[in-house]
Amino acid sequence: MKRILYSLSFLLLVLAACRKDAAVVPEETEQVTGPSKARSFFLLNEGNMNMNKASLDKFEASSGTYRRNIFEATNPEVIRGLGDVGNDIKVYGSKLYVVVNISNKVEVLDLRTARRINKIDIQNCRYITFDAGKAYVSSYEGTPGNSNKAEGSVVRIDTASLRIEASTKVGRQPEEMAIVGRKLYVANSGGYDPTNYERSVSVIDLDSFQELKRIDVAENLHRVRADKYGDIYVSSRGDYYGTPSKLSVINTRTEQVKKVFDISTSNIWIDDDLAYVYSLEWDYASQRNTVNYSLINVRDETVIEGNFIKDGTDKIITKPFGIAVDPETKDIYVTDAKDYLSPGTLYCFDKNGIKKWSVVTGDIPAHLAFIPNN
Amino acid sequence: MATGIAGKAPQKSFINYLLSLLVLLAGSGYCYGQDKSSPAPALLHTDTLHQVQINASHLLPPVKSPVPHQSLKGTQLERLNSLNVADALRFFSGLQVKDYGGVGGLKTVDVRSMGTNHTSVFYDGVQLGNAMNGQTDLGKFSLDNIGEIHLYTFQKSDIFQPARAFAAGNSLYLESKAPVFREGRRTNAGLKLKAGSFGLINPSGLLQQKISKNVFASLSTEWQKSDGDYPFRYTNGVYDTTASRQNGDIDAMRLEAGLYGTMRDSSQWTIKSYHYRSARGLPRAIVSNNFESDERLWDRNSFVQASWKSPVGRRLQTMANAKYAYDYTRYLDPDYYRQEGPLDNHYRQKELYISLANKYHIKPFWTVGLSGDWISNKLDADLDFFAYPTRNSGLVAAASSLDFKTFHLQASLLGTYVSEKVKTYQSASNFHKYTPAVSASWQPFSRHPLLVNAFYKETFRMPTFNDLYYSMIGNTALQPEQVAQHNLGASFNKNLNGSVWKSLSFQANAYYNKVKDKIVAIPAENLFRWTMTNLGEVDIRGIESTFRSQLQASSEVILQIGLNYTYQKAIDVTPGAANFNHQIPYTPVHSGSLTLGADYKDLSLNYSYAYCGERYSQKTNIPANYIQPWYTHDVSLIQTVKISGHQYKLSGELNNIFNQYRDIVLNFPMPGRSFRFTLSTNI
Repeated sequence: MKRILYSLSFLLLVLAACRKDAAVVPEETEQVTGPSKARSFFLLNEGNMNMNKASLDKFEASSGTYRRNIFEATNPEVIRGLGDVGNDIKVYGSKLYVVVNISNKVEVLDLRTARRINKIDIQNCRYITFDAGKAYVSSYEGTPGNSNKAEGSVVRIDTASLRIEASTKVGRQPEEMAIVGRKLYVANSGGYDPTNYERSVSVIDLDSFQELKRIDVAENLHRVRADKYGDIYVSSRGDYYGTPSKLSVINTRTEQVKKVFDISTSNIWIDDDLAYVYSLEWDYASQRNTVNYSLINVRDETVIEGNFIKDGTDKIITKPFGIAVDPETKDIYVTDAKDYLSPGTLYCFDKNGIKKWSVVTGDIPAHLAFIPNN
Repeated sequence: MATGIAGKAPQKSFINYLLSLLVLLAGSGYCYGQDKSSPAPALLHTDTLHQVQINASHLLPPVKSPVPHQSLKGTQLERLNSLNVADALRFFSGLQVKDYGGVGGLKTVDVRSMGTNHTSVFYDGVQLGNAMNGQTDLGKFSLDNIGEIHLYTFQKSDIFQPARAFAAGNSLYLESKAPVFREGRRTNAGLKLKAGSFGLINPSGLLQQKISKNVFASLSTEWQKSDGDYPFRYTNGVYDTTASRQNGDIDAMRLEAGLYGTMRDSSQWTIKSYHYRSARGLPRAIVSNNFESDERLWDRNSFVQASWKSPVGRRLQTMANAKYAYDYTRYLDPDYYRQEGPLDNHYRQKELYISLANKYHIKPFWTVGLSGDWISNKLDADLDFFAYPTRNSGLVAAASSLDFKTFHLQASLLGTYVSEKVKTYQSASNFHKYTPAVSASWQPFSRHPLLVNAFYKETFRMPTFNDLYYSMIGNTALQPEQVAQHNLGASFNKNLNGSVWKSLSFQANAYYNKVKDKIVAIPAENLFRWTMTNLGEVDIRGIESTFRSQLQASSEVILQIGLNYTYQKAIDVTPGAANFNHQIPYTPVHSGSLTLGADYKDLSLNYSYAYCGERYSQKTNIPANYIQPWYTHDVSLIQTVKISGHQYKLSGELNNIFNQYRDIVLNFPMPGRSFRFTLSTNI
């Protein structure tokens, strides 16, 4: 009997075995290419909803290294890390701004070190843009006084004090924004009401910070990008049934739609005279996604024939999720979010669409922010 | 963006819910080898606790189950610190319980990593259906009125079953406490009061009445309320944060009534009515800067079922079952502000079920069976672009068994015919499929209680209504998800007459499962949309083992020991997947449990330990997805006293003694240390 009791107590000791101590997930560094004069950039990985897996990567061109997961490694004291669904990232001045949607916050980091400077709480924040010392953040949350609770808002932050100064109402579930002159153009999606999407771009006067008007564009707007000719390119997601996705061009002087491209648009990046567009559509017959890459000349608003990825790499990319073009080298960056639940891949193509390198990223690589060369 | 809206959109929260359920394959082995051929023991009235010299043969009947079978019943169940069925399943091997935490958190089970939808749950012999998402929340079934839990990793060993029982990848049978009356008694009544940490109050009552010589009635009711505001802690070694779970409250009521009768020709019938209603908060995933949620859920589950069984012992035996179920769910997200107000969805599900099963003894050793079931499911929901689907399923199972003294062979073929209709949009096409199953068991040495068993079974699960029709993500071109199961095992069950060892039972099974055409959500179209598709293959190889024993530690102390261990490699073998050969999410390679019980006079002391090895929260096995092993130590003390003819039972439970903080599902923290006290009495 004693033997049995002894063996049981031994068993209990084994069962009380310890777990590893909780630890910071370390940064990973990888040499992806040789040193170059390309722009360095930050890449924000969204991370799937509720996973709390937004993460920040950085490409350092001068050494050709790619650093994964720098936010947590640099700021291990931030409770639960960067957060849930990294939705936008931009550089302004000496700071980096990261909009984290479900975490209801904008992280303000030092551009050089990626150390946290401040955190600004904004409910259901979506995208960020800048002008004249102010940051503008679109949010699904309404302004305090608005009786129409379905309407969203744009929140103004002073980039010196990093405090919220004001907010103004826009349409339902606002997404991307662009600034031309002293006006802010905001895409309203109405994404919470699939039977009644929004169709308009809100125009906000930045001096009075009031909505001036809404321009009727198309159903379920998402992307807004300005070219250098005073036009803005607005993508519409359509309704996924009868109305397809499109790309509309608004002349900001007349504040009217001047052209509509029948190009399904998931994402767009405008660099100089070229707009890089990709789209992804579910093909019911083949039970697969079909992906298209196209190029538009924004000066004369014409489609340039052919795919901007020339070497066949597009066949490997299952779910393009982010796009950016280096303003100097014209290198094209495309991210692949794959199944949303696995680490993604970042591809770098030269200006002729030939792959230079690729690297594994965090989950759902999505948004790039180039660091200005000093 | 995609994920952003998705996250907040109804489609998206559902997608994530679906995803987590679909992506999550878990598993390990099984454990206890008793075939339940006798009726439910009289839990309220047998006073086993008074019998120091436990009749071991009562606890370990000879093994004859030709298929892997585990069960927990009566006092075994009471010894485990378990509030609901999901808690008790921790002590089965070969399965993983997915638990979102707290009394109100969703709890589902995944057996041998095939996926939650491959486990059918039967309540008093009739399946609990859920055509909407294929899930049964086991947290809704408190152990208060459950006398037995059985898990069959094939199907119930008898071929005399409704056709639906043949269709399950594996089956969990919950048996409510059946009335048993002591000599000369017409009424049994019991009252129980449970109270515990985080505002748990759980009173319940049971009334059983003998109406006539052959008709009994039973009424059982309970109320369960919990604030669910338990503390949790997260740390990465630098930050260390503790907070209180918010919005985890639940208020639930259960009312069950049954009539049990025996006819003059000794055929048996039961009629049962079950009602459950709850209101609860849905606590959110704990993510950076956002710990709070306002989402609410209301549930009403009701069913009425009737069964009739022809007299035992005739050459032809017949069993008839019928059921009508109505399930209502309301989901409210006050922060998801639409034009007409906050998101507020109502789902109404109806199921009608009719079954007839027959078996015929051709020879004493040869039995054939034929069963036919018809199921009609309907779902209404006030969702945008909703299809309003109706599914009619017909199932026919033909089976045969050969039962010799040392050898058993069973084979069955199931035909499934499904037709779907929708009010709007497109319906899934009609579908039919035939699936075989075969099992054998052999006792090689007639003097030794060693039994060798093997089985092969093909099953599939139909796409759920959510998979097919959920607005914006459903895909009506989906095919069923298929599983082929192979099993080889041995069991050894012996009652001993030694001075110390009273009984020994050992079981081990090795299995190989292959899941094909797995239904998964993949990103589609315009960024915030997902689509369900048949993509994914999983190879599952595992070993489950169980050891049970009873010891006479001293003249007055009886010890019970139970050990489970499961080894499982469940790897993703989807062609071309980046995570090819990686262990699938939430599936530990090693898991197990240990239970110890000591009885001394009217006192029972119990200890239980559950271990779940390291896991990954997502498909790729990298450090960022790593989840630490977790293990819990629970103890309980049960004292029985008799005061003026009434028996009172007082129990105190201490759960998660070392206050280990853990997530079973990523970012959904589980409670730390907690207490429960129970006082029950039989009148």
